[in-house]
Amino acid sequence: MNETNALLSLISDWDVLKSEGCAHSIRENGRSVERLSTKNIEIRAKEDGSGLDIYVAAAARGEKVAIPACITAAHIDDLVYNDFHIAEGADVTIIAGCGIHVKNGEEARHSGIHRFFLARGSKVRYEEKHVGTGGKKDTRRVIDPVTEVFLDEDSFLEMDTSQIGGVDSTTRETRGHLARGARLVIREHLLTDGNEKAVTKFDVTLDGEDSAVDLVSRSVARGESYQEYHSTITGNAPCTGHSECDSIITEHGRVNACPALYAAHQDASLIHEAAIGKIAGEQIMKLRTFGLSEEEAEQKIIEGFLR
Amino acid sequence: MLELENICWSTPEGVPILKDLSLRIEDTGLAVVTGPNGGGKTTLARIIAGLISPDRGTILLDGVDITALDVTQRARLGISYAFQQPVRFKGITVRDLLELGSGRPIDEAQVCNLLSKVGLCARDYKDREVNASLSGGEIKRIEIASVLARSSKLVIFDEPEAGIDLWSFNGLIEAFEEMKRERKASQLIISHQERILQVADRIIVVENGSVVKDGSRDEVLPSLATFSPCPMGRDAVTGVRL
Ligand SMILES: Nc1ncnc2c1ncn2[C@@H]1O[C@H](COP(=O)(O)OP(=O)(O)O)[C@@H](O)[C@H]1O
Ligand SMILES: [Mg+2]
Repeated sequence: MNETNALLSLISDWDVLKSEGCAHSIRENGRSVERLSTKNIEIRAKEDGSGLDIYVAAAARGEKVAIPACITAAHIDDLVYNDFHIAEGADVTIIAGCGIHVKNGEEARHSGIHRFFLARGSKVRYEEKHVGTGGKKDTRRVIDPVTEVFLDEDSFLEMDTSQIGGVDSTTRETRGHLARGARLVIREHLLTDGNEKAVTKFDVTLDGEDSAVDLVSRSVARGESYQEYHSTITGNAPCTGHSECDSIITEHGRVNACPALYAAHQDASLIHEAAIGKIAGEQIMKLRTFGLSEEEAEQKIIEGFLR
Repeated sequence: MLELENICWSTPEGVPILKDLSLRIEDTGLAVVTGPNGGGKTTLARIIAGLISPDRGTILLDGVDITALDVTQRARLGISYAFQQPVRFKGITVRDLLELGSGRPIDEAQVCNLLSKVGLCARDYKDREVNASLSGGEIKRIEIASVLARSSKLVIFDEPEAGIDLWSFNGLIEAFEEMKRERKASQLIISHQERILQVADRIIVVENGSVVKDGSRDEVLPSLATFSPCPMGRDAVTGVRL
């Protein structure tokens, strides 16, 4: 489990989480290998073996649950269905993420189908990191997450996702349904290089009065990599929606951003912004007046941008 | 000592901006460059920092020709430049910028000290991003603080007064005077501000791409007609008409 441990520490502060005794389930090469429930967080295997049901009790306050998935062998095609049931008023942090380690010429794939059911007034912070390690030649590390979130009245979900390198192909689909007063905040950080490809699709429906969504995607496309950003926000009530896709291109990266808005209520206030471009020359120049080389300046600007 | 010899620079369209400009800056002291808008002061600063190269002329630092050195190399020799128009960065915090300026990790006390020199409270600002959410005056002060964080040989401040209130301005003058007392670096301050002109050892007037006056404060200042746009006549907001 050496490579798994290395991946675990890349996708989360695994040692800290474990020492805190937080609820967890570790998936390795398509099997659940370690699982711990706590008083307020129960992790149960689905009867058909397809994944987990995670129940967070109303009494949970600031607790954490970690469900990382790692693949360290070639030709694994892992498909898992996890459902999160968050009780009324609960407050929890969910740490997910996926790491794939394969050698040159090998391929492996992980698809996590996650559903979140947030009861009234509950609050969730979801953190997810995707990484690929190992060989750099002719690999095919694929991560295709599908996330569907149902936010009941006055619930709040904050999703922070990042993919910082080594994933050859990813298609991320996120769908959200928001009831009255519910809020969804999504922050995506994406870096692609080489021949990597990343497709993001957000589809959020604001059904309830005073519901709100804020999507911000920051991405850097390097090398020959390709990214697509699609976001659709539908406002069916007095609500607010904001989508922002901000991309930096270096070398021969390509980015295709297509935000879309549908308003079916006159008090639906929806905004989208998309900006794609290279690093501003004056930013590089400013950091060079601090003594940084051009490459160091570019690195600092990208690091900050993706944080 | 920094020496500029016969510097010429034209815009990409071929309009001459600096015309055979020569200037010497000593190793200590505070020189103020003043003169009408569009006269070429910022262009001069950009030439010294290496952000643009002169079409003709030579730049010497301590007798060594640095004309061919790029921005990074000149910064490493101790030339610092606080821009007239500061640059904004998404995701880089005030603290990060001060650290990038200083070139090494800095502690809370140093962050606080640097920001207080420009009249900002560290607690409110250190974790803010240097992005579009900051006002013009705020970003200007952070720009100055990031340059104060550096150990420099020559520091250029380009219109440091812009967007700064009266109270912070007094602190800023104090920072310039402190640097002058320490005698570690020489300062070249581009300014129209009478209060800044008052603390100058030397005043250089640049007009239409050339140095038209250059002398001690007492020699040059009386020849600049002053005016007071503030009805209260408070000195910090007094400007100088040329
Ligand atoms: N890159 C440039 N392209 C075209 N014109 C420029 C450029 N840089 C400076 N200028 C022009 O040069 C003149 C001097 O500018 P500047 O050095 O900024 O003056 P000052 O700082 O004294 O107000 C201005 O007319 C300005 O528009
Ligand atoms: Mg200027």
